[in-house]
Amino acid sequence: MSERLKTVFAGIEFKNPVVLASGTCGFGRELNEYFDIERLGGLCSKGLLSHPHGGNEGVRIWETASGIMNSVGLENPGVDAFIERDLDWINGKDLVNIVNLGGHSLEDYLLGMEKLNKVDLDILELNISCPNVKSGGMNFGTKTEVAREIVRKIRQVCRHKLVVKLSPNAEDIVSLAKMCEEEGADGVSLVNTFLGMAVDIKKKAPVFNNTYAGLSGPAIKPIALRMVHQVAKAVSIPVMGLGGITTWQDAVEFIMAGATVVQVGTATFMKPDISMEIIEGMERYLQENGYENIGEICGIL
Amino acid sequence: MSRILCNKDLGEGFFLLKAEQENDARMGQFYMLRAWEHYPVLSRPISVYDADGQTVSFLYKVVGQGTEIFSKCKAGEEITLEGPHGNGFPELSGKRKIALVGGGVGIAPLYLAAKTYKKETADCSVDIYLGFSGKPILTEEFQQTCDRLVVNVGGFVTDDIDPLAYDAIVTCGPTVMMKVLYEKCRKLKAEASLYVSMENRMACGIGACLVCSCRTAGGNRKVCKDGPVFLGSEVFGVE
Repeated sequence: MSERLKTVFAGIEFKNPVVLASGTCGFGRELNEYFDIERLGGLCSKGLLSHPHGGNEGVRIWETASGIMNSVGLENPGVDAFIERDLDWINGKDLVNIVNLGGHSLEDYLLGMEKLNKVDLDILELNISCPNVKSGGMNFGTKTEVAREIVRKIRQVCRHKLVVKLSPNAEDIVSLAKMCEEEGADGVSLVNTFLGMAVDIKKKAPVFNNTYAGLSGPAIKPIALRMVHQVAKAVSIPVMGLGGITTWQDAVEFIMAGATVVQVGTATFMKPDISMEIIEGMERYLQENGYENIGEICGIL
Repeated sequence: MSRILCNKDLGEGFFLLKAEQENDARMGQFYMLRAWEHYPVLSRPISVYDADGQTVSFLYKVVGQGTEIFSKCKAGEEITLEGPHGNGFPELSGKRKIALVGGGVGIAPLYLAAKTYKKETADCSVDIYLGFSGKPILTEEFQQTCDRLVVNVGGFVTDDIDPLAYDAIVTCGPTVMMKVLYEKCRKLKAEASLYVSMENRMACGIGACLVCSCRTAGGNRKVCKDGPVFLGSEVFGVE
């Protein structure tokens, strides 16, 4: 690989702008058996809470037209177990280590943050957009002024680069992103999953125990792309774009719409090493079109 | 990509697909199968019916969009086989009398299991109990792998087995069937040697997404990576 894909996001150098999205790649170990994860620009950890959590009961995955709905519900081993078992391993890899932190309450977020402040990582991705938990998660991320409190309090204590992961279910995602900038976030990532619903007509009941669940995959791409475009126009902090990116062409679209970095999520379920095809395709595109660096096409629309 | 050697319609919605792929697949493991590009989004976890070093066979039932596409695949076409995944059935060295209990398409992994146990477990006998809601399939093939084959049509295969007659029982089928068998074993204090193969919905199939988590006595476990085979007591012995 040449230097064409090299990019800088919030002062941190990425060898390429392709990052695996939180929740679709664990902590990297499993996928590392399929390809060398050091070929990635970065990796977002599974969403962590300050404490271990078993996640949701019942159906957790449901296929839809060109997408999937999930209701995993932040099952995770807890920040402590992550630090003990996985952090050194991922920090030892040559890629940007992005740790995703969720919470069920403000105290919960702050406790997780306190623990993560004591260790080294590259970027903290603050998840105020998980739709699958009854308290916390997305409930903090739909109203700008509610979200402001948590972003402000985390920013006050967070010693890491801070990226806030936004929900497309927000009342106004542009105002949410502007608020993150005002509060000192180093960047934003968008979008998390769209709140959706599925009904089991045999049982005459919702498929998911929580009734609603998060829709992802190619089905959401055009809407995610539009939101990334709107947000990138409105803020001066960098944007990580995600939502249904499956091909290198999708990734190029997000970059042109204003994303500095893209995240690949659901597509990894189609093929574990699909992110490698995306990286190779982007490189080829830049070369064939005479671009020296990916930055030349970032936000050109 | 693997070349499909045959994809035989067995009736009742069951198909047997054999494909070329070098492998070291063991009994009770599964592959993520895909015969399309992007849609449907998810690959389908299908357990290994039979395998030698060069080919793998899958018994599947048409139940949805993915298996519908598989059923239309023809010999000579290509399919993606990602795997083998999962822990597979345990070695049962020292167990003399082994029972394999399957219901519906859950009979799939028991064929290779019977062959493997007969080959690898010295002096063991293997009895197979198969439950079908409709016309039975592959009974001649199963017959050849075991000492005794019991086929139940339309009833409860779990009624046919006396757990006390066996040193170990391996089961795969609908969760409700496996749970009934566990309860039957537990009442007879024979649950210690019951192994169950779980069939939770999966997304990644490799242990990265936590979609297939299963509550067990030892906390949540990944069916795709830690399983699909667990002790019956680990899964059904907790509430």
